[in-house]
Amino acid sequence: MSFDHAQPRETLVSVSGLSVHFPIYAGLIRRQVGTVRAVDGVTFDVARGETLGLVGESGCGKSTTGRAILRLVEATSGKILMAGQDIASLGAEPLRRMRPRMQMIFQDPHASLNPRMTVGSIIAEPLTEHGTLRGRARQRRVEELLDAVGLNPDFANRYPHEFSGGQRQRIGIARALALDPDFIVCDEPIAALDVSIQAQVVNLLEELQERLGLTYLFISHDLSMVRHIADRVAVMYLGKIIELATRDALYDAPKHPYTQALLSAVPIPNPRVEATRRHIILKGDVPSPANPPSGCRFRTRCPIAEARCAAEEPAWRKLEDGRHVACHFAT
Amino acid sequence: MNSAPVLEVDGLKTVFGTRALAIHAVNDVSFSLREGELLGVVGESGSGKSVTMMSLLRLLPSPPARIEAGRVMFEGQDLVQLDDAGLRRVRGRGIGFVFQDPMTSLNPVFTVGFQLMEPLRTHLGLDRKAARKRAAELLALVGIPSPEARLDDYPHQFSGGMRQRVMIAIALACDPKVLIADEPTTALDVTIQAQILELVKDLRRKLGMAVVWITHDLGVVAGIADRVIVMYAGQVVERAEVEALYENPTHPYTRALMETLPGVDGARGQRLRTIAGQPPILTAPPAACPFAARCAHVHDRCREANPPLFEVVPGHAAACWLASPESGARNVL
Repeated sequence: MSFDHAQPRETLVSVSGLSVHFPIYAGLIRRQVGTVRAVDGVTFDVARGETLGLVGESGCGKSTTGRAILRLVEATSGKILMAGQDIASLGAEPLRRMRPRMQMIFQDPHASLNPRMTVGSIIAEPLTEHGTLRGRARQRRVEELLDAVGLNPDFANRYPHEFSGGQRQRIGIARALALDPDFIVCDEPIAALDVSIQAQVVNLLEELQERLGLTYLFISHDLSMVRHIADRVAVMYLGKIIELATRDALYDAPKHPYTQALLSAVPIPNPRVEATRRHIILKGDVPSPANPPSGCRFRTRCPIAEARCAAEEPAWRKLEDGRHVACHFAT
Repeated sequence: MNSAPVLEVDGLKTVFGTRALAIHAVNDVSFSLREGELLGVVGESGSGKSVTMMSLLRLLPSPPARIEAGRVMFEGQDLVQLDDAGLRRVRGRGIGFVFQDPMTSLNPVFTVGFQLMEPLRTHLGLDRKAARKRAAELLALVGIPSPEARLDDYPHQFSGGMRQRVMIAIALACDPKVLIADEPTTALDVTIQAQILELVKDLRRKLGMAVVWITHDLGVVAGIADRVIVMYAGQVVERAEVEALYENPTHPYTRALMETLPGVDGARGQRLRTIAGQPPILTAPPAACPFAARCAHVHDRCREANPPLFEVVPGHAAACWLASPESGARNVL
């Protein structure tokens, strides 16, 4: 929230040409018969202290992008620069030393906490693995972290099953904060929570960002929540970023036909608005990333597609207002 | 639109009993569904919206589920008292049901055509050929391309949105009077959700059935519902026409819920409003207002007795002491 667009900021994470391809094996001798192009050449920067929202529908590669940046999956090609170091090509030990600076908050708070460990040991684990804190000092740090995420420090000896979904997500956040990271990938952190609990978690993330100067990559399919939390927003479709703009520019005047359709598909909780609003209904389903359409990947569902879209892949262009779009017709 | 109710639920109570404790999932729920209308049922997980609808058709396994009280009137019969054979005639024929998850609610080992023809043959007594013809018509009705050929495909050959269309086609197969849809778009992406919502609007124009639409998404309800009931802790806490509900939400829970929602349009707040705390766990029938612990307007009476639904204006009722005629605090709300 404290992000100021007028002042140019230092770039913290710079991703260029990132691709993640998964091989498909079939047959008796498990020969490779194809490739799923989950992420196919994405380029973006994240400035220190900002929140970049990454939105798209299921299967578009947004989570894989987030995981590749932290090297939880290996990138097929591309560069991921963080504070000048290329994470994509780092060896095991230097990568381990970089880990404390970049952390992740996972989607499912029921699956991402070990049910056999106490909350205290879950949060202490990164401290044990990387830190120099021991004994009483480490315990104090755990209590401090629990307090920071709004949980009672006395809960350290309890097990994850004793907590509700929202509280478990707070534990996951405390674990991500343990090593004082600069950069946190939030992978759908609120998707598994009820609306009244979602707001609590989002407010916590914002407070922590203000207090600790965190940088977020906020991955979500919830366009209204991203509008609330993000400074800039990137929209993904079938492994590519198709539009990247500041929040207000994107939501007020989307340029790519997919972004337009996506925004018009979000129901607005107001019956009068809904009754008169024009929805752009896309035809059909998202094509398979194993066999994406030629040219522009959106052309099979695009309401304004022409012959040119099948022949020629649209360039990643910068428009006058500073946003980036990959569409032949966007102006 | 005719106002005669096709389905009337009165004082329904469902309890899940285990050896150790009982969970009172549905507490005295009453509502009616008029001919041709779309009733939205809104609530968070655990508010009892699905359990209520499953109880109507006695779809819950018993034990542990037990319907303790209430009547469900449909076509002059009380579904709670009906025997198994009678229930079978209602399920699928009089009342169609669409489940939340299109991935798990179709049988993976039978073709889509087989699953579509099953209700047609048992309920309507069609022969194989006639049932197949009707099944293809149904697939065409829900917008599946080349329906004739797709009858022989298995569920895994369809995408999520297409599977939900198949589910809707099955539910509509015997031309039911009432369609109950339990979070039919929750598992789908927004652009696919928009397709399904458009389909349902279109089908209502063509077929004119009454629909109960369960969802936790206040945006979806705003776009399709005629009337809405809001559920919390197994109770109906507010009931209103859709426009009245959004313009003048009366129960503190409904208002809090609407304030926590960020939108894709309009002004953007600095911080989201939140509802502190958690919904209660209902190990006993509620003796006090279940929202009292999280409510901003709580007073002594809320902790002493559970408020019934008070009608604020005709057609708009809220279960809150502040909405009671003698409270004099209505203008506060």
